[in-house]
Amino acid sequence: MNIVVCMKQVPDTASERQLKAADSTLDRASLDGVVNELDEYAVEEALRIAEANPGSAVTVLSMGPEKAGESIRKELARGADKAVHLQDDVLAGSDALGTSYALAKVLEQIGFDLVICGSESTDARMGVMAAMLAERLGVAQVSLASKVDISGTSLTVRRVSDDGYHTVEASLPAVISVVEKINEPRYPSFKGIMAAKKKPVTTMSLADAGIDASLVGLAGAGTEVADFEKTPPRQAGTIVKDEGDGGSKAAEYLASRKFI
Amino acid sequence: MPEVLVLAEHERGEVKKVTAELITLARRFGEASVVWTGAGADEGRARLAEFGAARVYVADDPAVTDFVVAPVAALLAQLIAEKTPSLVLIAGTGQGKEIAGRLAVKADSGVLTDAVDLVPGASGEPVAEQSVFGGSTVVHSRVKRGTPIVAVRPNAVSAVAEAGSAELVPVSLDGESASAARITERVVAERGERPELTEASIVVSGGRGTGSAEGFGIIEQLADALGAAVGASRAVTDAGWYPHQFQVGQTGKTVSPQLYMAIGISGAIQHRAGMQTSKTIIAVNKDPEAPIFELADFGVVGDLFKVLPQLMEEIGKRKDL
Repeated sequence: MNIVVCMKQVPDTASERQLKAADSTLDRASLDGVVNELDEYAVEEALRIAEANPGSAVTVLSMGPEKAGESIRKELARGADKAVHLQDDVLAGSDALGTSYALAKVLEQIGFDLVICGSESTDARMGVMAAMLAERLGVAQVSLASKVDISGTSLTVRRVSDDGYHTVEASLPAVISVVEKINEPRYPSFKGIMAAKKKPVTTMSLADAGIDASLVGLAGAGTEVADFEKTPPRQAGTIVKDEGDGGSKAAEYLASRKFI
Repeated sequence: MPEVLVLAEHERGEVKKVTAELITLARRFGEASVVWTGAGADEGRARLAEFGAARVYVADDPAVTDFVVAPVAALLAQLIAEKTPSLVLIAGTGQGKEIAGRLAVKADSGVLTDAVDLVPGASGEPVAEQSVFGGSTVVHSRVKRGTPIVAVRPNAVSAVAEAGSAELVPVSLDGESASAARITERVVAERGERPELTEASIVVSGGRGTGSAEGFGIIEQLADALGAAVGASRAVTDAGWYPHQFQVGQTGKTVSPQLYMAIGISGAIQHRAGMQTSKTIIAVNKDPEAPIFELADFGVVGDLFKVLPQLMEEIGKRKDL
């Protein structure tokens, strides 16, 4: 089975993330990039499916600047077989429409039986990519999966809903997204790290993938930022030390605000 | 007046609170036309009328409801083409955001998610407010191509009643969705009488300070005393003290209730990302340096196992009055 995992390099969630004044896009250059945590579950799920289906190959697909290459190597070290790095300055500032268009073009070109995404990225947090890719590729969308079973070309997934879960059935090819805790991602081993250095990474440009430059990047986006500001600090609250009356004081506060 | 499409969320004929909120928002921009998929529109109609829905497009067809996301997006795309609405509003739930994303591709329109407010801009266009990067930055965004599609976070605004006729208009989906994923089973998780986490007006969340699965029980007790939903920090769900689906934070649920109580939660940025837009925040923590106190409107520095029983006793007394 030909499995492709979409992986995004994002700034560490613990770092101070800022938009740039010039174009209102995330300042990625000044921050350390890490693998989007939710994509680690996607890679792990791909490795498990590949292990259960001999003859499978796992490809990591990432769109991003040159330094995203470090994150690609990390996932090769974890066990993916090869990678495609879509890298072109024109892509900077793409919104979800542009990103899904660009990724779909690459996926059409490299081929796939199964595409796996993380449920969202920790920077944009839109949670739309798997749905948009399925729409563009014309294949089944089996997203927000907390459990995946594959038998031949049949796919059965437990899809988390707001109030529980749905059991969903589809046939390959398909796009799935996985939620946190679907599995426990393995750590790259020393052997894996050494092997990753020799694994093939194909770098593609817009032209290589047949991507229309007018549909990506900041200029091709369907949305724009009007303005932004640092969140004004919340007005300092009342903090009391519990002197045996902390619960009563909290109750008084709740009553004063009509919560009780 | 232009139409604004609002995709209804409902459970067993009951209209969810977020739908009333979306209709309220829609009225800022035009006439609210609700899109109802599945059965129960007759039962839900009165509620939709109460908040000012002008009409309700009803697609009660298994071809729409038995498959994941795709047919609902197709139905909305069809209505965009037929009715040329000025805006489409969808609840910012996991599924709602996916519908918004697919619709954006179909209609080649810009999509915004997790709006916490939506107001008319200089030329009447919708401008969405979003809280990003763990709540550290406030962004105002707009759509510059196609029909604006906005997924709005539950509890973003308070629903305001206004009489509407909510005329039922049957619609049907043209064409087949060939490669869709079929829903074969729907399981509703046990949450007792508690409200749903993302919809709840009050959320009581517990963190590492609860110490154990047994210790976490006090969070449920306080939640029940307040009629609140229960949330948990990642430390709690990682330790297996409470189910993962209740995790609030960067990689879990995002909530925006009227009142958020953070109990034994230090307030790391990853947690704040999931609750920073709550209207009122109360914290209880034994560490006076815990960052959660920077956000708190009211905080108690103390042992939660001493503070909460007293608080619940006081709540009980006031209920008895």
